[in-house]
Order: sequence, then C-alpha cells, then structure tokens
Amino acid sequence: MASLRDLRRRIKSIKSTQQITKAMHAVAAAKMRRAQEAVQFARPYSNRLRGVLGRVAVASSGVRHPLLAVREPKKVAYIIVTADRGLCGGFNSNVIRRASQELKGVTAELSLVTLGRKSRDFFLRRGYNIPKQYVGLGDDIKYGTAKEVAAFVIEKYSVEEYDAVYLVYSQFVNVLVQKPVMIKLLPAEPPAGEEKEGDAKNVPYIFEPSAEAVLAELLPKYIENAIYQGMLESKAGEQSARMTAMDSATKNASEMIDSLTLSMNRARQAQITKEISEIVGGAAALE
Amino acid sequence: MSEKKQRLEIVTPQRKVFSEDVKFLVAPGTEGELGILPEHAPLITSLNIGIMRVQQDSDFIKVFISGGFMEVRNSKVTILAPSAERAEEIDVARAERAKQRAEDRLAAKHADLDVMRAELALKRALLRLRAVNG
Repeated sequence: MASLRDLRRRIKSIKSTQQITKAMHAVAAAKMRRAQEAVQFARPYSNRLRGVLGRVAVASSGVRHPLLAVREPKKVAYIIVTADRGLCGGFNSNVIRRASQELKGVTAELSLVTLGRKSRDFFLRRGYNIPKQYVGLGDDIKYGTAKEVAAFVIEKYSVEEYDAVYLVYSQFVNVLVQKPVMIKLLPAEPPAGEEKEGDAKNVPYIFEPSAEAVLAELLPKYIENAIYQGMLESKAGEQSARMTAMDSATKNASEMIDSLTLSMNRARQAQITKEISEIVGGAAALE
Repeated sequence: MSEKKQRLEIVTPQRKVFSEDVKFLVAPGTEGELGILPEHAPLITSLNIGIMRVQQDSDFIKVFISGGFMEVRNSKVTILAPSAERAEEIDVARAERAKQRAEDRLAAKHADLDVMRAELALKRALLRLRAVNG
C-alpha cells in the first residue's frame, strides 16, 4: 500500500487539477451561451436567404451561371472547420474522422482549406495540400473570415481550378450532441422551393434588375453564409463539448479524491493500530 | 394614407434588426429608390448601400443598410443585408474613425491599395453619418 505521505501528495495534486477543470467548465459555459446565441441569431438570415435563393432559382431556371456549372470532379476542395484548441472531448477528432473517411474515398486531386488549428495540424502532418489555412479564429466568429474563404473558393471554382467544393463542420444539435456533417458548396445547388402547397410557388415575381442579376449576387452570399453558419455552429459545439468534458473531468476528480481519501484514512488507521499494538506488545514484554 | 400595414423585417447574419408593422418604406434599390406600400406585387431586388426610410405612424425613421436584397410578398417585406443599423444605433465615433481611415488610405495612394474597397468603406461611413445627422 502507498505510504501516507504519497497519498496526501496525490490528493493535493488532483485537487488542484480539479480546480482548473472547474474553472474551465465555468468559462466554457459562459462562452457557450454566447456562441449559442450567435447561432440562433444567425438562423433567420440563413433561412430567409435560402428561401429567396430557392424562389429566384425557380424563376431563373435554365440560367447558366459559373457557380452552377457542373463539371467532372477532377480537382476537389474540402473546407474543414475545427476548433483551435483541444480539451473538448471528442469534438475535434469526430470532425477530423468524418473528413478523413470522406477524403479516403476521393480519387480526384485534393486541396484542403482548414479553419482551426486542429484540422490544420492533423492534415498538414499527413501531407495534404493545404493552399489556405486559418488559425486563431478566436471566440468571436467574424463574417469577414467566412467572406474571405468564400471568395477564395469561388475564385478557384470560377477559373476551374476546383471542380467541386465541400464543407465539413460540426453541427450544433444541442449541448450534448454535435454531429459532424458535410455539405456541398459548389457547384451550388439552390434549395428547391420548400413552399407549402397553395402558397403559389409560381408567384410571378418582379425582379430588379433581372432574375439572372439577382441570382448572380445571391449565390456568393449564399456560399459565404453557409461557411459562416458552419463556423458558428462549430464554435457553439466546441464550447459545449468543452463544457461537458470539463464537467465530467471535475466529477472524475471528485471520485478519485474520495477513493484516495478513503485509502489514506485506512492507511492512517492501520498505522495507529500498529503503533498501539507495538506499545501493548512492549508493555506486555516488560511484565 | 390608408391604414393598411405591411410587415417589415430586416435581418443580418448577426441579428434581426427590425421586425415591425409599417405603413410605407423607401429602399435603395440598385436601379433606383423603391417605395413600397402594403399589397405591393411580389418583388425580389438587390439593394445598394444606402439609407432606408420607414414610416411607422407619421414619422419616418432611418435605417442604414449596406446593400443586400429585398423580397416583397403578401404585404411582407424581408430585407437581407450584410449589416444594418437603425439611425439611433449607429456608433458615430466608429463611423467617424472609419471615414478617417478610408480617407487616409485613399489619400496615401499606395501601390497595393484596393481602391474599390477603400471607397466602399468610405461610402459606408459617410452614409452612416448621414443617417444620424439627417
């Protein structure tokens, strides 16, 4: 059995670890609330943008636009969104695993755009081609970053350097569940008009300047927004994953402290018993 | 003026800026200003950077929008803008700084200057200030 002093030392060290995990839990909880709010505030915009795009697409079907052009996928790009930091359970590895599975099946020439340090490190180490990477995105997701990424892939797509672009990120389902998902960004597939029947799908809209011009402006916004949404969801997921991970770490530390305290008390008791029996034994020998 | 109302919603990627019933509104369309009354025909248009004027009861309030789109349908007007602020929400000090910065950049004329971007930034700053100062 470990000595009394060793046990005391271990309890002390676990206690200080527990303090850290407790603090991280509190911080993650606060950040998660903010990130969750950001996701919720962003949803109306995405939904409406998708709705408008759907209606414009219906009205301008048959229009050729460079971002709609479907080509044989010889060169494919993946945008992979992870966190910058670890200590958030399986959050990062889940996204990375999902992406790796996807990449394994691809025979085309691959390029990756990584958002977040974890995905960059992982794919850089495995020798993937990463023409653009972003690290240190911080807790406040900037629309500008999403815009930059969108501009980059749109440019590459337009000059036919990429034939398809996908986005892999972690969807924030709720605090306990984050689901890695992959969506196709390019060629853009305008959402089909998800209208109720009788809502007159074919309302004759007036377009200004024209359906084509509006579509041409909407498509890049749609891509930007999809990336922005992915980043927000990922951030909210990261914080909630970290919160849960830190919560269970704190609980585990409590359990360890309890069981170590028990063995410490047992060891102390044993020592006292031993001392008493030594004294009793010594006294008996003198008689 | 009729008592009919239409719903105006202004949403940005960050938040919902406006969601109230209004009588009349004027938006800066790319082809010129557009006045929208209730029961307007369905319309989808792109917007310029500019100032929207919205009449709720009798007074007009001003809302700055930095481009985007407008959809009108069933007396419901939805504006999707990269950013939008009501006149009273505009951070004047920030707009002043942005204006200064953009002017400096345009005046310095560096070789690698993105003129269009700087001009857009200047335009945004000026319009924000105009929305505040009337």
